[in-house]
Parts: sequence; C-alpha cells; structure tokens
Amino acid sequence: MQNNVTPDETETFEPKIIAFCCHYCAFAAADLAGTMRLQYPPNIHIIRLPCTGKVDALYLLKAFEEGADGVMVAGCEEGSCHFTNGNLRAKKRVHHVRDQLEQTGIEGERLEMFNLSSAMGSRFAEIAHLMTDRIRKLGPLFGNESAN
Amino acid sequence: MIVADQKPINEILGMLERYDKVLFVGCQTCVAVCMAGGEKETGVLASLVRLARQKAGQPIEIDEAAIQRQCEEEFIEPLEADGYQAILSLGCGVGVNKLADHFGIPVLPGLNTGFMGHIEEHGVWAETCAGCGDCVLHRTGGICPVVRCAKSLMNGPCGGYTDDGLCESGTGAPCAWIAIYKRLKELGLLESMTETSPPKDWSKDRFSGPRTRVREDVRL
Repeated sequence: MQNNVTPDETETFEPKIIAFCCHYCAFAAADLAGTMRLQYPPNIHIIRLPCTGKVDALYLLKAFEEGADGVMVAGCEEGSCHFTNGNLRAKKRVHHVRDQLEQTGIEGERLEMFNLSSAMGSRFAEIAHLMTDRIRKLGPLFGNESAN
Repeated sequence: MIVADQKPINEILGMLERYDKVLFVGCQTCVAVCMAGGEKETGVLASLVRLARQKAGQPIEIDEAAIQRQCEEEFIEPLEADGYQAILSLGCGVGVNKLADHFGIPVLPGLNTGFMGHIEEHGVWAETCAGCGDCVLHRTGGICPVVRCAKSLMNGPCGGYTDDGLCESGTGAPCAWIAIYKRLKELGLLESMTETSPPKDWSKDRFSGPRTRVREDVRL
C-alpha cells in the first residue's frame, strides 16, 4: 500500500528515520563517516545498541508509534558479530516485524536491516541516502490516511 | 503449560473494528512462557494494532495490562475495566472465559489456545499430555500414547511406521510406541510390553462434557 504523495510533496517531505546501530560496527562506521567529512542526510537519528541482538520487536514498533517514518537496524556483517550471532537474531526479528507491518497495511520497506563493518564509513553514508530516498518516496507514515 | 499462539493480526483487527477504546490484558503464566500472551507480547500487539488503526485513519485507544493469572479470580479482581468498550485477552481460552464472566463488556480472544505441552527448544513447543483424566504413563515409561500416538493406541505399535521410526500419519512425529519400547528397555521394564492394557476409561476425557474437580477438604 503506497501513500498518494505528489511529486512536490516527495521533494519537500523530510522523513524521520531511526537507526538502531551496533556499537561495534555501524555506530563506528557512522562515526567514521563523520571523520571522513562525508555528507549524509540529517534525517537519520542514531540509537546505539551494544549489539543488534538487543533489538526487540517493541523497539521497532515504538519507533514508528513515536513518529518515525522509517526504521533501520544496522549490524555487523554476517559471520562477524562481536557476540557471535546477535546480528542473525536481529535479522529474524526484523523480518518478523516487517511481515507483521505488511499484514497491517504498512509498507514493509519502511523497516530494513543492513550489515556493514566499522571500516565502512562511506557505506553508512550510502545507506543513509538510500533509506532517506526510499522513505521520502513512500511519504509520511501517517497523514495521508484519507488518500488510502 | 498451556501453549497458545497469537491469532492472525487481521482477525484481531476485524474483531476490534467496532471499538475505539479497548483494554488489552496479558497473562503472565503459561502464555507468557510460550511467548504468546505475556506482558511483552501484549505490548507488541497493542503497538501493531495502534499503528494499523492509525494508518487506516481510525485511531484506537489501547491500554495495556498483564495480570499474573487470568484463570484466578483473585488476580482478576484488581483489574479495572471502567470506560473501555471491550477487552482483548491474551490469555488462554480459560482466561477469556474468566474475564468474560467477570466483566460486563465483550471479551475478545487474542490467542488461539493449542495444547498442554513442554518447551522442546527455544521457540519450539510440543504437546505431551492430552488431559485424558485416566493417566497411563506408569505403564509406558512416561511417554503418553494418548497424545503422542496418532491413534491413541493403548497396546501399540500399530505397525504403521516408517523405516526410521516415524509415524505414518506424515506429521514427522516419531512413533510413540517405538519410543515407549526403547524407554522401557532402558528402564529394564520391557516385560510390561507383554501385558495387555485393559480398555481405557474415556468417560473421564473432555469429550464427555466439561469437567469439574472438587476437593471438599480444602473448600472454604
């Protein structure tokens, strides 16, 4: 289900995106992106986690309830989790919540999991652009109900 | 424990369609352990329903509560439901019945209650007791033929099993009577396999109507 967002609205809409980032990889990558003076959209609001294995369905849903238009979870590359398999557990939880969101009429693409290492500052910036563009195209999570 | 599963979200949304102020009540005993209706699952479901209704342009006000046991009056008593149009119970069917008896508003089931079972591994639950009212586990090495044998045979096996010892019913479950044979052998009680079990008293099973247990010595 897509919101009926006009091209003008798509260009001006500034989505709020919550990024749950693992301390050992994505958070460090975001830090590196800053050190490298890479530009990425200010729409990304980072919440640092000790591991993406800490991600819970309720964190993701509450983020949407509290006003996020998109949520991303960014953890270590598969096979490289600091805690062995926290990122694989997060992956299953993210998929489960995505399925549930889709069943309720909310676009699953608003929630995404990414894997990257702490050395991938430019990849973090790329992901920030990708998510911002994607959510901007989808439009605000709420606010266009009459168009549905 | 009683094992249950959350109803499909669309079924729950359908039940809630006519309401805009609802109390979600979780149960902190069996269904919390089987991760279907505890405090956390109540929070997740409430969050999902709020999001879905907001998205549909029909916001709903949901408050959340979780009580220790929905099957006991003393835990239900302190629960306040004034001002709500309905209650969605995330307890087992017993909890739904009890809440519906207690409150004068509609009580809706958020779960499909499944069976009495155990935790096989994290995230996997299996049925191990049918509550037949006439236990035979002393004769079967602690393996229940009523629930674990597809035919509930009292003198098995029937012979309908695969080469690797699985039940021919195709459920992937091991043949209960092969398991019983192996267990009795381990226990040195194999001779009990030669005894023929008498016909089982099925009148104590749930198909004979709702059952009530009374212990006069502890009644107040």
